[in-house]
Amino acid sequence: MTKKSKTLNLNFGPQHPAAHGVLRLILELDGEVVEKADPHIGLLHRGTEKLIENKTYIQAIPYFDRLDYVAPMNQEHAFALAIEKILKIEVPIRAQFIRVMFCEIGRILSHILNITTHALDVGALTPSLWGFEERETLMTFYERVSGSRLHANYFRAGGVHQDLPRGLDEDISKFATKFPKIIDDLETLLTDNRIFKQRNVDIGIVTKQDALDYSFSGVMLRGSNVPWDLRKSQPYDCYEQMEFKIPVGKNGDCYDRYLCRIEEMRESVKIINQCLDQMPKGPIKSFDGKITPPSKKAIKESMEALIHHFKLFTEGYRVDEDEIYTAVEAPKGEFGVYLISDGSSKPYKCKIRAPGFSHLQAMDYLIKGHMLADVPAVLGSLDIVFGEIDR
Amino acid sequence: MELLQKLEKKINSELNTKINSSKIKNNQIYLNIDSNDITDVILFLKNNENTNFKQLIDITAVDYPENEKRFKLVYLLLSHEFNARIIVDSFINENEITPSLTKIYPAANWMEREVFDMYGIQFKDHPDLRRILTDYNFNGYPLRKDFPLTGHTEVRYSEEEKKVIYEPVKLEQNYRNFDYESPWEGTKYIKEQTKK
Repeated sequence: MTKKSKTLNLNFGPQHPAAHGVLRLILELDGEVVEKADPHIGLLHRGTEKLIENKTYIQAIPYFDRLDYVAPMNQEHAFALAIEKILKIEVPIRAQFIRVMFCEIGRILSHILNITTHALDVGALTPSLWGFEERETLMTFYERVSGSRLHANYFRAGGVHQDLPRGLDEDISKFATKFPKIIDDLETLLTDNRIFKQRNVDIGIVTKQDALDYSFSGVMLRGSNVPWDLRKSQPYDCYEQMEFKIPVGKNGDCYDRYLCRIEEMRESVKIINQCLDQMPKGPIKSFDGKITPPSKKAIKESMEALIHHFKLFTEGYRVDEDEIYTAVEAPKGEFGVYLISDGSSKPYKCKIRAPGFSHLQAMDYLIKGHMLADVPAVLGSLDIVFGEIDR
Repeated sequence: MELLQKLEKKINSELNTKINSSKIKNNQIYLNIDSNDITDVILFLKNNENTNFKQLIDITAVDYPENEKRFKLVYLLLSHEFNARIIVDSFINENEITPSLTKIYPAANWMEREVFDMYGIQFKDHPDLRRILTDYNFNGYPLRKDFPLTGHTEVRYSEEEKKVIYEPVKLEQNYRNFDYESPWEGTKYIKEQTKK
């Protein structure tokens, strides 16, 4: 009798709490060892790129909130920068500081979610309870500045929608002084935790070469000891003036990526503090009347301003013919917008480069030869959010 | 900027027969090449020690239905070493089959699948050219300019058949695309007004 090895096909998701959304993962198992993983994505596909082609530039901004919905403003930032580069608009200093500060708040939001749910996937419940409390505080900052906890629609080409409300800077400052303690607390739960380490150390190792070949970016790349951060290497807005370090990992396993995220949160707090200290008073939007709507006061006093306001929100502003790729360091990695404008008020083409797309693509490579129980650990450390992968 | 100029010069001198045009703008290099040369050019950009574009950031396409060569394929590359980005593009016909880059960059796999899914562009020697983002059994190529924004089918759960069924899209009101564009530029003093 010949011995036949039989593989078992297992359908993981699309409704599985550890799939972080709607991932359908088809696993080929030999016993408990994963031989092949085939992710089926697109269950959250909304056709964002097609919709953006049919909307004006102003109307397109809210779609960016809905991509990586745990750090909405970082996405808006990429789109705003792309338009600004084509139109060559100067962004006032105060607006730059506000944008950078909220991007770092977004980074903390995203990293808290990732670290705590990653811990949840490997069996620790408490971190998520502690972490989500802080996320709630941060989202009230979002709400106070933009009117909405998640879908902010706050950044504009040429600045931000409105100035910080009174008292917000003090509250953010209070948060920034107390938050490092919370990170310490989270670390006492996880960093030296025996179970957490057993589930993560030496799991899902990515070598430097493979990280480059698979187009990894962000923590996935830095975890494999590649010191690459767009905030340092291709600085945008006022990141050049900020002092912060780039944490890198050594082994490129799930545990190193967790450590990188923890350290990045500490650096983000530093950047927020610097922003609060150095933020000057002044305008928060570009002066260009073609891009920026006239003030409420002007609308009441001047007929032309009223007409212009109407034109701006129906026709939108026109963007000269150009082709550009702009990337920002989003919490998950390099988030880019490849924009082709044709001189009209709608983009001709807007390709969104989501970091999670390339990370999830490597799932098969990462998980091959690992045990079934390692799948949630690796998925957790990839930091995937389906809003941006499926677009 | 100087570095980019040096890079552009280097690329042009090494590959001069293969490059149709090149320029530097917005801190990026733009190259236009013929579709037969895609593999050669990309391979050179990746492996030459003076360019070292080790990372493929994205692949995408642009649809120009009025052009004879309908699609523009776009490759975005990044060199960590020189901190430079390059955009390589190439015009192709609707039915042209372009070589796959999966052998050069493993990351090209899903990116090419997405281009195939969205535009219907075929890639030669791709290991697994299936649709990726759209639904199972989806018809048409959504990002082509002649594909309607509302799509062709919609889904709902049918109580009679006890399953999800597909039906042609029925809208209470047709999708309307208003043309707001007007040549009126506004008055000159608008700029002054917002300054106050």
